[in-house]
Amino acid sequence: MEYFIQQLINGISVGSIYALIALGYTMVYGIIKLINFAHGDVFMVGSFIGLFSAKYFASVGFPPVIVLILSLVISMTVSALLGITIERLAYKPLRRASRIAVLITAIGVSFLLEYTGVYLLGPQAKGFPEIINKHQFQLFGSSVQVDSNQMMTLGTTVVLMIILQYIVHRTKIGKAMRAVSFDMEAAQLMGINVDRTISATFAIGSALAAAAGVIFGMTYNAVDPMMGVLPGLKAFVAAVLGGIGSIPGALVGGLLLGTVETEISSLGYSSWRDGVAFAILILILIFKPSGLFGKNVREKV
Amino acid sequence: MKKIGAIILTTVLTAALVAGCGNNTDNNKAANGGNSTAETIKIGMDVELSGGQASFGDSALKGAKLAVKEINDAGGVLGKQIELIEADNASKSEEATRAAQKLITTNKVVAIIGSTTSTNTLGIVPVAEEKGIPLVSSSATNPKVTVDERTGKLNEWVFRASFIDPFQGQVMANYATDTLKAKTAVIYTDTSSDYSKGLQTFFKETFLKNGGTILSEESYQQKDSDFKAVLTRIKESNPDVIYLPGYYEEVGKILKQAREMGITVPFMGGDGWDSPQLAEIAGADALNNTFMSNHYSPEDSAPEVKSFVDAFKAANGDLVPDGMAALGYDAVKLVVDGITRADSTDPTKLRDALAATKDLQLATGKITMNETHDPVKAAVVLKFVDGKQAFEAKVNP
Repeated sequence: MEYFIQQLINGISVGSIYALIALGYTMVYGIIKLINFAHGDVFMVGSFIGLFSAKYFASVGFPPVIVLILSLVISMTVSALLGITIERLAYKPLRRASRIAVLITAIGVSFLLEYTGVYLLGPQAKGFPEIINKHQFQLFGSSVQVDSNQMMTLGTTVVLMIILQYIVHRTKIGKAMRAVSFDMEAAQLMGINVDRTISATFAIGSALAAAAGVIFGMTYNAVDPMMGVLPGLKAFVAAVLGGIGSIPGALVGGLLLGTVETEISSLGYSSWRDGVAFAILILILIFKPSGLFGKNVREKV
Repeated sequence: MKKIGAIILTTVLTAALVAGCGNNTDNNKAANGGNSTAETIKIGMDVELSGGQASFGDSALKGAKLAVKEINDAGGVLGKQIELIEADNASKSEEATRAAQKLITTNKVVAIIGSTTSTNTLGIVPVAEEKGIPLVSSSATNPKVTVDERTGKLNEWVFRASFIDPFQGQVMANYATDTLKAKTAVIYTDTSSDYSKGLQTFFKETFLKNGGTILSEESYQQKDSDFKAVLTRIKESNPDVIYLPGYYEEVGKILKQAREMGITVPFMGGDGWDSPQLAEIAGADALNNTFMSNHYSPEDSAPEVKSFVDAFKAANGDLVPDGMAALGYDAVKLVVDGITRADSTDPTKLRDALAATKDLQLATGKITMNETHDPVKAAVVLKFVDGKQAFEAKVNP
């Protein structure tokens, strides 16, 4: 029983990282129906900026909590700007082009970011500082362990999801996003600045990716220019599983994927892990093609 | 009617293509033969300069460059200078194949020094065999690099500068039984790597023969980052040692997560651990009580090791050479020794000279090529102390 609970905790901690990345995916898809394959690489850039700022602030001698907050803020801001730039340069000129052209551009941007990273930083993995030392908490008489980082990851994911829900459903820019998502041309006719709304979407999505990048670095202590590929793909699966375009769906999809993967590994079938995860994805898509939370087509945000 | 026309056309085109290819191969052979009149002797280096094992390729290249510089400073070989041509295989087997083809057809190299890992070297083997160009891997340790696994036939054109997995797995299994007094072990392998699976097989074989028990065999894949599910499983089974024959990037993460989870038993691995990145990723504390087998130790007091270490440090800003660097250096020296003894850069003569290598003193020890093109040489066991490799024992074959 303790073994099962321990594995469940492991699964939730993996899943909350997938969920955090999936939030950005699902949001951009929700607004402009673009699967932004460069999302995983913005995640990588965010992680590196977090690494450099954490090292700088730690060397200046700030206390760990301040270092973490400053690194998060800087990394999220820079990545938001990067997201806006990518949208302006790569996707905006193709707004009237076929969807496949934009998709291929997204893959191109993804490679561009990866190999620029390799060129500038070298291909090797770099160690990432823990920033805040991990604390182990023992439950059920020390047979089950949770560390502070796992709790922080889940906490951040849930909080960011709530903030995102709030932005999309309760603010003016959120209203504009939903309008653009519903019908871009009609929104423009109603006086909504479509360009600015899409930029805002990319800024928020990229900032979320950067936050995920910093947390990922703190959890697994290694970052490299290709680190975004696999988590990006898994997060995409999580987003589709939960219903791409749905914000709570991203969270549920991420947690589900993480837990399933972990449970399969825990039963001793670690080489079957990805196979079973994808089989479940296929099954869900057969019976519910729009994903678990994808039913309300009207609010694809 | 149209259909028949199409079939004929296809046949003719295919035939033309095949004929074209045939001609190409002939041209290459001629060009290779003509190399003896060229200005320099070109040696190709097909290694991991990007991707997950980039640290290996980078080290091997630094070692190889040092060897080339030393040889050229001493007047070169056969009166000519050596030119090292680098090609990046991005830590991917298929890229290694492509890079090798380019080195042979475009750069006209006389030999390829190739990939530091077994998986990537296996991507070059078919090219070397087909084109008839000697391939010397610096550190591919899987037996099937030089001997075809299915047919049991020797790959005539393939050599290596390192010892092979059976020896590495055997050394660590004996070390676990004799020195660590381990009775039970768990093996945790990288399933995407031939190298890792090779070490696993031979560790298991020897450990069982020593009377030990393997509690379970777990696996992960390259680029995984969360290992807690399997580590929780391993913790439950409570082994005396854990054998982890993977590469540094994942090994670093595994060690870190395992120690955080309170797994304190010794971890052991092979030369795939040999990278400065390991300590950076895992942290010095997690590396306590871990052991690895390797090709050499910079702390070894043998004179050939000392002179190599000093020369390497002088050339690379005081950087201490790791095993990959030493083997990259040795691979170049091995090829050049072959060229000297063959007194020619003719591929066939060079191949025969390499196969006849005997008692050649290199930085990682004295090597003699055996009948399967595998050097017979000593291994070392290293222990991590404060995140640094410390010399523990030297084991002769």
